[in-house]
Amino acid sequence: MRHIISMLMENESGALSRVAGLFSARGYNIQELTVAPTEDETVSRLTLVTEGNEQQIEQIVKHLNRLVDVVKVVDLTNGEHIERELLLIKLMATGAHREELKRLADIFRAQIVDVSATTYTIQLVGNKSKSDAFINALDASLILETVRSGALGIMRGEKRLQI
Amino acid sequence: MELTGAQIVVKFLEDEGVEHLWGYPGGAVLPIYDALDTTATKLQHILVRHEQAATHAADAYSRATGKPGLVLVTSGPGATNAITGLATAYMDSIPLIVITGQVPTNMIGLDAFQEVDTVGISRPIVKHNFLVRDVADLAETLKKAFHIALTGRPGPVLIDIPKDVQNAKTEYTYPESVNIRSYNVVTKGHSGQIRKAIDLMMNAERPVFYTGGGVVLGDASAQLTELVRTMGYPITQTLMGLGAFPASDAQSIGMLGMHGTYEANLAMHHCDVLIAIGARFDDRVTGKIEKFCPTAKIIHVDIDPASISKNVKVDVPIVGPVAQVLEDMLDMLRHEKRKPNSEAIAAWWKQIDEWRSIKCLTYQPSTKVIKPQSVIELLHEITKGDAYITSDVGQHQMWAAQYYPFDKPRRWINSGGLGTMGVGLPYAMGVKMAFPDAEVACVTGEGSIQMNIQELSTCLQYGLPVKIICLNNRFLGMVRQWQEFFYDRRYSMSYMDSLPDFVKLVEAYGHVGMKVTDPAELETKMREAFAMKDRLVFMDIQTDHTENVYPMIPAGAGQNEMILV
Repeated sequence: MRHIISMLMENESGALSRVAGLFSARGYNIQELTVAPTEDETVSRLTLVTEGNEQQIEQIVKHLNRLVDVVKVVDLTNGEHIERELLLIKLMATGAHREELKRLADIFRAQIVDVSATTYTIQLVGNKSKSDAFINALDASLILETVRSGALGIMRGEKRLQI
Repeated sequence: MELTGAQIVVKFLEDEGVEHLWGYPGGAVLPIYDALDTTATKLQHILVRHEQAATHAADAYSRATGKPGLVLVTSGPGATNAITGLATAYMDSIPLIVITGQVPTNMIGLDAFQEVDTVGISRPIVKHNFLVRDVADLAETLKKAFHIALTGRPGPVLIDIPKDVQNAKTEYTYPESVNIRSYNVVTKGHSGQIRKAIDLMMNAERPVFYTGGGVVLGDASAQLTELVRTMGYPITQTLMGLGAFPASDAQSIGMLGMHGTYEANLAMHHCDVLIAIGARFDDRVTGKIEKFCPTAKIIHVDIDPASISKNVKVDVPIVGPVAQVLEDMLDMLRHEKRKPNSEAIAAWWKQIDEWRSIKCLTYQPSTKVIKPQSVIELLHEITKGDAYITSDVGQHQMWAAQYYPFDKPRRWINSGGLGTMGVGLPYAMGVKMAFPDAEVACVTGEGSIQMNIQELSTCLQYGLPVKIICLNNRFLGMVRQWQEFFYDRRYSMSYMDSLPDFVKLVEAYGHVGMKVTDPAELETKMREAFAMKDRLVFMDIQTDHTENVYPMIPAGAGQNEMILV
């Protein structure tokens, strides 16, 4: 099953390589990964997506907790949560396609954020399945470049990941 | 007071109470070596002949004393030579502290002379590591390193210090304590879980204690012994756990695992309650996981949550320091009204005694050729079972574990997890440095000993009169054994050709060498060797090369599928 694991880690050089190294050394797979600063400048928020059965995920979380630079870990998939990723996609947009692609973007509540004589760059925010659905709805021959942020996640309600 | 980074390192180690430091100088660590010369008052540095030996010696020093082992090496090749020692310590959870010199901060990443990414290379084989970029952080980082290495599940920590940081000056005060918000150690097991464990133990009909290195590292030998005796159940110990419970006690059914006893492995296979304490269900213990303890409810006490249900799913996990958890168990047992099921336990012991009666460690004695097992038995007799025994890795290691019953913890010093050939001699040095008056013997083979034989020189310089018991069968014995069993007797590269004359070699290093080929001479020679209290004696003992280690569970087989002879 797909799990979104989110953690706060010390803003130390090499902290990310400890997380990535743990996954490669123990044969786990990182499918998506994002890291960025938070309101607290001493920590970064790292979110990753991995696959595994319950026992594997339990081991992954335990091993992440064992890393000295990792302050807090949560498996967001365990509770109610919001998942979002940002998709930027550059499409060949000429002739009749220009109108068609604009309509499709509207249907998915995506926005065209850059335009050239022959291309559109479209931005879409949603969970993984929404991005997948949008990409699947496109004529594959029109796709010039795809950039996905990977999943971000946050717990619903008053629960939060904090130190 | 204002000190240089190098002086801070030395001053800190002394303030921390460190007495011995193993190392080898080089360009990037010269300031610290200079500070050792000018600043150190109590700290003794031992100059090894290869950095790998420094890490092993410090590792053994820690295994024997429970204190951290300290290593100081230079950047680049100094650091890479220390890597095997770090990995060895990591696999066996030994608190080793390795300080490495690094090129100056402004040259990091420029492929400078003797530069490697030490922190990157060592990352997967240390509990944690640090690169100190600012001298102001140095003392606190050193304190953190000690704290992390020694607490929780212990392990090695590396501190990489660039040369300019060693030369920079700052105010130094000894940090008495340190707080790491992301590093919290469990100090007590969950009482509800301990209660559940007691319930399972009380109702057990075929229980077995299975204990490991965690009991030794957690200094829980006394509590374990009391618990096992209180319950009256059989106990089997892993290679790393030997000595935590006295092997000579009737409740001990020997080591378990690939070369464990028949009774221990069958008791594991047939038990209904398995009480695992400070053991990690290693593949050399479990055999094929699917066939492991098929009828058992499993209790697992371990300080490291990640060890629990890693290889085998357990029923009652208890996370906590072994000594404290066992204390709590004993406390609950003192108020316990129920008694173990004496009828079932008696029947269980009867079954175990039947398994025991086949005497699986019996071997065919000989008057023509020296049997390796007999050498270990004699070693046990001559040292009255009270020596520190270090070993290398291979057949001799297994024979030492099987035929030298350990009654005390921290007496059996070997590389269990990583299985590092070459540790034996540096291990003996580390132990002898810690306990100069104790008898220290290194059981080795002609293969392993050559991996760090240069340390004979260190032994002379520092007066470390250890006894080297080299079981020389002219083969990489364990490799040969596997080739005999599993590769149709094709002995690819396992014959040791062109061996040196060990007696001459050892004499050249300034020690005493003995060659023994006749079984009739063995005892006299060994007594002679141990009578030379202040000399290192190397016994080159020519043993039967056809001898194999039995019993054996072939890789991938179940615990009940042993090859006996």
